[in-house]
Amino acid sequence: MADVATLRPAGRDPVLARPRAGSGVARKVRRNASAHGFLIGAVLCFAFFSWYPMVREIIMSFQRTSLGVTSWAGWANYRRIFHDPTFWQAWRNTLEFTILALIIGYAVPFFVAILLNELRHARGYLRVLVYLPVMLPPASALLLFAYFYDPAYGLFNSVLHTLHLPVSQWVQSPGTRWPTTAMISVVIAATWMNMGGATLIYLAALQNIPGELYEAAELDGAGLVRKVRHVTIPQTRLILSMLLMLQIVATMQMFVEAFILTNGGAGVNGNTLSVVNLIYQYAFALSGASNYNSASALGVVLMLVLAVFSGAYLWLSRERG
Amino acid sequence: MSAGRGSRPGGGRGAPARSRTLISDAQLNRARGRLVYRVVLTLVIVVFTLVFIGPLYFLFTDGLKSTQEAVQVPPTLVPHHVHPGTYLDAWRRVGVGRLLVNTLYYAFGALLFQLVFDVAAAYALSRLRPVLGNVIFAMMLATLMIPSTVLVVPQYITVSSLPVLHLNLIGTPEAIWLPSVANAFSIFLLKRFFDSIPGELLAAAAIDGASPLRTLRSVVLPVSRPIIGVVAIFGLVAVWKDFLWPLLVEYGYNPSRETLNVGIYEAAATTPQNLVIAASAMAAVPTLVFFLIFQRNILSGLTAGSLKG
Repeated sequence: MADVATLRPAGRDPVLARPRAGSGVARKVRRNASAHGFLIGAVLCFAFFSWYPMVREIIMSFQRTSLGVTSWAGWANYRRIFHDPTFWQAWRNTLEFTILALIIGYAVPFFVAILLNELRHARGYLRVLVYLPVMLPPASALLLFAYFYDPAYGLFNSVLHTLHLPVSQWVQSPGTRWPTTAMISVVIAATWMNMGGATLIYLAALQNIPGELYEAAELDGAGLVRKVRHVTIPQTRLILSMLLMLQIVATMQMFVEAFILTNGGAGVNGNTLSVVNLIYQYAFALSGASNYNSASALGVVLMLVLAVFSGAYLWLSRERG
Repeated sequence: MSAGRGSRPGGGRGAPARSRTLISDAQLNRARGRLVYRVVLTLVIVVFTLVFIGPLYFLFTDGLKSTQEAVQVPPTLVPHHVHPGTYLDAWRRVGVGRLLVNTLYYAFGALLFQLVFDVAAAYALSRLRPVLGNVIFAMMLATLMIPSTVLVVPQYITVSSLPVLHLNLIGTPEAIWLPSVANAFSIFLLKRFFDSIPGELLAAAAIDGASPLRTLRSVVLPVSRPIIGVVAIFGLVAVWKDFLWPLLVEYGYNPSRETLNVGIYEAAATTPQNLVIAASAMAAVPTLVFFLIFQRNILSGLTAGSLKG
């Protein structure tokens, strides 16, 4: 860049064509100033809405506020949440959701992608189809599912009834034993809403597998299942493990699904209460006694857990180059 | 490896010289193979249509039912009596028009802020390379590790009283617009694209005496249209689909400023079932139409953006 500047013909832009301001230092300062001018808007937004809240959350988790006076509280907020039985329940529920969502929402898109990749027709149509629910506003999709799930007049029970199968309370099931019907219902709705993204990413990964590998496997006499096991899965292993981390991070933040399906998120006997839901309850919903400090402590715990998986994701994506 | 057909402009469509997959064409061309393929294809199309279009069918037709028919046992597949008036009722009672205007205002405002600030920042990081630029970029990428729902409490408190400036943004559109700028993934995508622009192009602009702003406007932006499109689409959709944040900063302040997503949820508790579904259907129309128009950009952007995440 520096030698280009000396080649610049005089004239035209009066500002830039000014004889070089004395030394290289002044030019460097000017270039840096303009570069930071371009950066300032985004940097301020990051500072106010990402970096500062991150630090603030950690600080607040060690403070207490009473009657408008803030003081240090040591580990008191953490002790409080660890002694709250709903804390453990929320983690158990979140874990249950994550595991169920991985069994259903992680494996299903992979096999759907393998299937779609084999088809020679209607590919465009099917790709649009799986991604359609992703574009719906979550409230639309979830209110529709709440309607389907209604124990009295919902579509799902009427289908079960017609097939002479036992009907279900779906999201309103009171059970708390794993796996709860309530949580399975939440996972079904969540998977329907979100599986499009993962499916299309798998599909793109499958298209990058060199065809010769399948040919070689066939020459060795491999059947369909062995080709999937020894070619498809190893060849997509990196993208599979990256998506696994992303899915864990995404599902552990589950909030809106349970919140709308069970009108507030707790479900019957608290069996769909998630960690983010509990943060919301601590901070905003407990009438009059909203406690930002306990909510922050819970936020820090969740942040640490998620950071492990995000870190694993970043590590894997670096390996990818 | 990552330069798969998905990232090539116009790739995927018509699929030139499709490489072979699990099952070879030769296998499919045998009589038995062809039969099995036909059966599987039909099955897949039928099942997928049922699973993904089926619920949408009910979303749009159940809003045409009367209140009694909507809660009738067993549910009717086709409305016995079509009540288009339900949509009109829902529009009025839930205030869909106002919600739609609010949401459009939030979404396009956020898009504008995001494009201006994030494009400028990515350009500076990629081409102007200021002192500490790498540190700033690394700190931005670090925010990807901490999802925003975890930070919702301190973010809410910060927005209710910005440090140094002592501004309260709760209830203002800026409470949605400005945080949307802090999107490390957009900056990452834009920077990666700007990095790939040939240096000679920019050197030529510099020889002509173009300022950095001028270079950005007349050289960088015109060649970056595809990536800006991807960032814009995902930025819009993110604001449109967000629930918790607008619930806190807009609805919590004044219910008349809520978004579509929050508005129909809040109305659901006090509104008859058929009106709820009609309102949900209307709320779904803009994004569905948007998707059908931009589906190629969205689907290719999705794979291009995430494969190298």
